[in-house]
Amino acid sequence: MSKVQVETRINGEGVEFLCEPQQTLLEVLRETLSRTGTKEGCATGDCGACSVLLDGRLVCSCLVLGVEAEGKEVTTIEGIAGNDGLHPIQQKFLERAALQCGICTPGLIVATKALLDKHKNPDEETIRYWLAGNLCRCTGYDKIIRAVQDAAEELAYEA
Amino acid sequence: MAEAVDYKVVGTRPIRPDGVDKVTGRAQYGADLNLPNMLYGKVLRSPHAHAKIKSVDVSKALAMDGVYAAVSGADFPTAAHGDIGGEGGGDVADVAKNVMARDKVLYHGHAVAAVAATSQSIADAALAAIDVEYDVLTPVLDVDEAMADDAPLLDENCFTANLPEKPDKPSNIAAVMQLARGNVEEGFEAADVIVEGDYNIPMAHQGYIEPHACTATINEAGQATVWCCTQGHFEFRSMTAKLLGMEIADLKFIASEIGGGFGGKTVVYLEPLAVLLSKQSGRPVKMMMTREDVFRATGPTSGTHCKVKVGAKKDGTLTAATAWLAYEAGAFAGAPMGPGAMCVFAPYELENFHIEAFDVLVNKPKVAAYRAPGAPQAAHAIEVALDDLARQLDMDPIDLRLKNAVSEGTQASYGPKFPRIGFKECLEAAKAHPNYTKPLPEGAGRGVAAGFWFNVGMQSSAEVHINENGSVIVVEGNPDIGGSRASMCIMAAETLGVEYDSVRALVGDTESTGFSNVTGGSRTTFATGMAVIEACEDIIAQCKARAAATWGVDEDQVEWEDGQAVPAPGVNADVKPLSLADIAASAHKTGGPLLGRASLNAQGAGASFAVNICDLQVDAETGKVDVLGFTAVQDAGRAIHPDYVEGQMQGGASQGLGWALNEEYIFDKNGVMENAGFLDYRIPVASDLPMIDCEIVEVPNPSHPYGVRGVGETPIVAPLAAAANAVRDATGVRVNDLPLSPPRLLDAIDSAE
Amino acid sequence: MGPSGPCAIDAAMAKVVFPDHLLQHTGGERELDVVAANFRELLAVLESKWPGTAEVFAKCAVAIDDQIYQDAFLEPLQPHSEVFFMQRIEGG
Repeated sequence: MSKVQVETRINGEGVEFLCEPQQTLLEVLRETLSRTGTKEGCATGDCGACSVLLDGRLVCSCLVLGVEAEGKEVTTIEGIAGNDGLHPIQQKFLERAALQCGICTPGLIVATKALLDKHKNPDEETIRYWLAGNLCRCTGYDKIIRAVQDAAEELAYEA
Repeated sequence: MAEAVDYKVVGTRPIRPDGVDKVTGRAQYGADLNLPNMLYGKVLRSPHAHAKIKSVDVSKALAMDGVYAAVSGADFPTAAHGDIGGEGGGDVADVAKNVMARDKVLYHGHAVAAVAATSQSIADAALAAIDVEYDVLTPVLDVDEAMADDAPLLDENCFTANLPEKPDKPSNIAAVMQLARGNVEEGFEAADVIVEGDYNIPMAHQGYIEPHACTATINEAGQATVWCCTQGHFEFRSMTAKLLGMEIADLKFIASEIGGGFGGKTVVYLEPLAVLLSKQSGRPVKMMMTREDVFRATGPTSGTHCKVKVGAKKDGTLTAATAWLAYEAGAFAGAPMGPGAMCVFAPYELENFHIEAFDVLVNKPKVAAYRAPGAPQAAHAIEVALDDLARQLDMDPIDLRLKNAVSEGTQASYGPKFPRIGFKECLEAAKAHPNYTKPLPEGAGRGVAAGFWFNVGMQSSAEVHINENGSVIVVEGNPDIGGSRASMCIMAAETLGVEYDSVRALVGDTESTGFSNVTGGSRTTFATGMAVIEACEDIIAQCKARAAATWGVDEDQVEWEDGQAVPAPGVNADVKPLSLADIAASAHKTGGPLLGRASLNAQGAGASFAVNICDLQVDAETGKVDVLGFTAVQDAGRAIHPDYVEGQMQGGASQGLGWALNEEYIFDKNGVMENAGFLDYRIPVASDLPMIDCEIVEVPNPSHPYGVRGVGETPIVAPLAAAANAVRDATGVRVNDLPLSPPRLLDAIDSAE
Repeated sequence: MGPSGPCAIDAAMAKVVFPDHLLQHTGGERELDVVAANFRELLAVLESKWPGTAEVFAKCAVAIDDQIYQDAFLEPLQPHSEVFFMQRIEGG
């Protein structure tokens, strides 16, 4: 199958790759580029484990074709922490024990980033609806919601 | 609640040692390993729920460009009957046939062939080029239908086990079990009130977010390495060896991080296929299930049909009870009907009871363990019946349970007397909880239910290495599915008397640490924790000996206190205490590196009880349930890391609520699952749930040095009935079947009006 | 010795109880008094009484004086110990 050349930016770095036209961005990230922090839970857009930001917008990378990344800026879980350490969202997930198995965690952290970029002080209901696209089977969400609340508070304080 | 014990680290809530890698995407899960020259393996699955396989021809697939291996049932050795080992794995020959069908397919999605190719798209094309001829048979899709005399048979060699005489003809009932005591007729005659119920619950899936995945590579000498997500890599190694006729020592299994299991990752599906495909192709092979594969061909837990009858005196004293429990096994024997039968009346003191349970073959996926396997379905039946009983007696539902609750010394319905348990403590804690008496909003309802689970111990190994600066490495063999590395570090730090931050825990592969059974059965913190504690005690003994040698005193003149060797009281030695770091720094002079080890088969897993309170309301227009509040009370024995104990309780509550309210396998008349995706198999999302309040009760387990009882499974036992009882309370309508999904509830509400 | 019936050292026997699903192997006997110092010896007594059953009983879980063992073998038995055979417990 002939492949398409794609030029994109991933976590601030210019990246070129070849992909089959039907390959998803998720498959390209994981299998072609070995950026395996983004997880596959369903490949049908139902679980959010593959959440990434595409030009700052929260998307399921399993519903985006690799070729659609052309000219875009992709932010994955690997791009959330800065050079000076963990992002406050990551730190609060740790402090609140908001993960058990951890497979949904990258997607949830990316989704939380998108939420807090848009809403500085979300109430519990807003958080729950923003994160309703990210399935977690282990935690019952309680500690995740509390981690997001703590992160929102910390980020508001920093700002 | 906790008894006053002066622990320094046990009971604290430090950050887990594997946490940073899991919040940054570094942690590697089952599908995250890519090797040079790697192929992608894929599985062809049966389009029929029940059919004879006439032929499988992979030659066209093998001839395709980019395809390097193709296998079907004929490529596997014939497996002899015998116990596969592991958790509910069943018979070797059955697991072999489940991994790759031989003469028959027994469910829609059953594996019939597999290929390995250079890309996923080529592998897909290769699957399409495989020719399979089937003789389609009538599927048996329901437990009652399967038990009927004239039902089509899944297995003509299936003769019901556990009967006094071998039956004269085969059936779909693989096994039966009975438990009885006293005289049930007399017991019911003595009752003032009798309630009866008939309860159906469809199959439900564990629903872990990470699909099964593995990468296997085998060399020319036949030595294979398999990287996979598993609850137990040692048992996966053993199963793979048995299914492929390989020598265990030629198989190395490395457990990746695991993205959830809940019992569903205790048996092999892909691993033997990947090894075989790697052998045929001479290249590494990676296999990843799709979500659809996961639903159609792995997991679920049994659908059940249960009947329960309970009698009581006016004061609430139970006089008799019967239970009839039919569990779907799926395509091969091994439904958890035994634990179901042993759990159904376990929380209650009963003089007269009779329990019958059935393990029934149906043309659906072979069930796998799911958190307290068998218990939630049985508990749903009895706990709903008790709720009805409490209503008829006009008695508080917690009081009714307290009146009949088992405690230390009560003869359990499954045989022996209970050792020290915390059921009454849990009931009292629930009754005293402010959430139990909090006023409900207009139209809302409150339900209560109790749950019981045995927990298990089993085999674990651990080594403790002391680094040259006194920091500590714990090596154990249990995949960390929910924070167990943190718990191991806490127990090691507590035992050695050092800081939590100086301890690291890692999960060894099958060649770098001793055998350990699966991470399952709520056993890891209990049993593997015990091995870690013993390995630390081994270190302490060595440290005392080295301090004694250093000071020139006898070993019994040295004690270990707060992480230091000190002279025993009354010993007249003018010496400075030696810390673990001091002893480690001079270890080269006193006998070499400090290495502690322990292996054990842990007995005395403490039974765990829980009580749940569920508040919810039902939209009368749509039948949709909104859960307003949920309170989980559970005896943890001793919470080593309370955050992760609460996490188990909250996660179990969420899974139980999903099972109660929405989750179900829906099959069409041909046995095709119609909702094999997360859109239609609807597990709870963040906006479905409230915060889940936890109260950890601590009645220490005398068999564990820190009092640990397993906590992982009990949380899923009570929520089904707690939710059902809350729906009854909110609507005035009793619905016996699950899930309490909008269409079912709407029907019930409409027909009650 | 005969494991059941009145016996001079009756007072020092362990009581063994079988659940329904094992009665096919015990000829319907639900209870048995056995003299054995540990579980291994108990299994030997059962095998001699009901030849061919050692494997069946060895695979069971067992409660000895209220403590459940998944893999009992060397566990000591006391005079008057209560031994309940059970189905093995699994877990998720």
